[in-house]
Amino acid sequence: MDPFIPTFCGLMVMVTIGMGFWAQRKSKTAHDFYVAGRSVSVGWNASAISGEYLSAASFMGVAGMVMNVGYDALWYPVCYACGYLFLLLFIAGPLRRFGAYTIPDFAEGRFDSPLFRKIAVIFVLFIGFFYTMPQMKGAGVALGFIFEKMPYWCGVVVVGAVITFNVAMGGMKGITLVQAFQYWVKMFAISIPVFVLMSVYGGYGKQLELNHAAHDTVVQTLQIERPKQAPADEKWLGPFGNLTSKPAAKAGLNIEEQKPFALLYTYSLIIALVCGTAGLPHILVRFYTNPDGMAAKRTTFWVMILIGVFYLFPPILGALGRNILPELYAQSGYKGTDGVVLKLPLILNAKSGFIPWGSIFSGITSAGAFAAFMSTFSGLLVSLTGALAHDIYGRILKPRSTEKQRLNAFKICAVLCGAVSILLGLMVESFEINKMVGWAFAIAATSYFPLLFLSAWWRGMTMKGAAAGMLTGGLLSLLAVVSTMLADQAAWARPLADYYVTHPLARTLAEQPAIWGLPLAIALIARCPL
Amino acid sequence: MPPDIHSEEFLHRLMRRQLRLSISIAVTFGIVLLGLPLANYFAPELMAIRVAGFTLSWLVLGVLFFPMVWILSWIFIKASTALEKEEADSIKRPPS
Repeated sequence: MDPFIPTFCGLMVMVTIGMGFWAQRKSKTAHDFYVAGRSVSVGWNASAISGEYLSAASFMGVAGMVMNVGYDALWYPVCYACGYLFLLLFIAGPLRRFGAYTIPDFAEGRFDSPLFRKIAVIFVLFIGFFYTMPQMKGAGVALGFIFEKMPYWCGVVVVGAVITFNVAMGGMKGITLVQAFQYWVKMFAISIPVFVLMSVYGGYGKQLELNHAAHDTVVQTLQIERPKQAPADEKWLGPFGNLTSKPAAKAGLNIEEQKPFALLYTYSLIIALVCGTAGLPHILVRFYTNPDGMAAKRTTFWVMILIGVFYLFPPILGALGRNILPELYAQSGYKGTDGVVLKLPLILNAKSGFIPWGSIFSGITSAGAFAAFMSTFSGLLVSLTGALAHDIYGRILKPRSTEKQRLNAFKICAVLCGAVSILLGLMVESFEINKMVGWAFAIAATSYFPLLFLSAWWRGMTMKGAAAGMLTGGLLSLLAVVSTMLADQAAWARPLADYYVTHPLARTLAEQPAIWGLPLAIALIARCPL
Repeated sequence: MPPDIHSEEFLHRLMRRQLRLSISIAVTFGIVLLGLPLANYFAPELMAIRVAGFTLSWLVLGVLFFPMVWILSWIFIKASTALEKEEADSIKRPPS
């Protein structure tokens, strides 16, 4: 094995642990632990939010998906970044104006109802743990890939333990510093290899030129030998490819007949990703660390720049991978296209002389992947811990707790949540990562987003309407996506699978529920008869 | 404590104007975001035109979308700051 990969990854973990110790000296009060003293500057906070948001799914998954399905996968990075525009326009300012610690605080303050706090806490915990599982699975699988023969549980336990330690030591303030640092690690780790690869193998445009689209007038210049699992050029380069037209393709429709279903799928995907981003609790909790509403807006602006620049790179890696490392199509998972970010730099070894640049760059991208698991999980852990320690202990169980008790509660809850996350991570080895992330987004888009959006701007909203809309929208969407998973995997769900094959419309709507889930939630919130 | 009518009214008006600003930016953005799949659907030949190696559709979605979002959010922040300042100024001046 290359010595560079373990060296860089080890370095990354050591620096993270070191920053945990450093943060412990900096974080003294409960205020520091819960909202970082509410004094995080715009630059630090924007880097930290970006660091937290760019998870393993972004760092490795987007490049893999673009390589695998092509154009359709571009919606993911674009909508991940665009979701922040909606946060900026409708949620960042008002949320901060209400002056609360957490979203359940906001919910209780808005409706003057302790019951609503309980519902909101349950949702924070639910979405949080749901989003934690794919991060854990990613850590386990990728570590098993980076360090050959390392068992799955090792990666889960290492990442889980390091981050739990950090959160318990430094709380939100400590984590802010670590995540900001990890954003720049990820940015460096993805951009440098891309620039080097492009200078050797040709730029972004040239890579796309090698593929021939339907309706294309350019004469095809080069035919690359690809394994038969690779999608055809037209399906890869053009819209409505293998991702969005899958339900219709399974039903045996021809290419023209598939397009309306693919269009519907595309729209529903866009809604889920854009509105889901604006409704993820662990991202929203960060906006409470801003000193005021204006700083919250400025932070969001810089976050959009930072993640936007980052998201330019993974699709380039995907396009490069399709042309210069097509062997990956023959395998699946991290051995195949999902591992393109880690494997692609290695081909530079053949082109370099004495110094193995390929191995060095592969080590750098591996360290970036490591940073990705750690920063997203740390953000999730802070928001889960905040929900447990502040909303359940501090507000429901023991409202009169002292400052010291609240501080200790935070630390104990951090360890508790970390342990639960590790256990959950150990149980999901057989699940698909991208699917789980998609579910978390679909649920957030149909439950939290409508709640936040309407409660910030519409005074006539009632508590019962809010609860009804949020619960119905979220639960029905969850049921729909779970039903497609059962249809694919469970033997007893065979009739359902058969139904979905013959009804591509139902399948599309069940796989991407946001297009009906969001209007349903809004309608229930606005028109609740109670 | 005397009832603080001024600040309540101030907040109401500010929120209304903020919301109008937010919605107009969101509509601009929405037209581009939701229009692109439509363009792909109804004008595939146009969207397959090559620009520096990219297809037009790929160039718009994979590259140009990001700067567009930055510009929109920049405009929003400028306008929203100006709005808050304007309202705050008008409240400081006592009504004659």
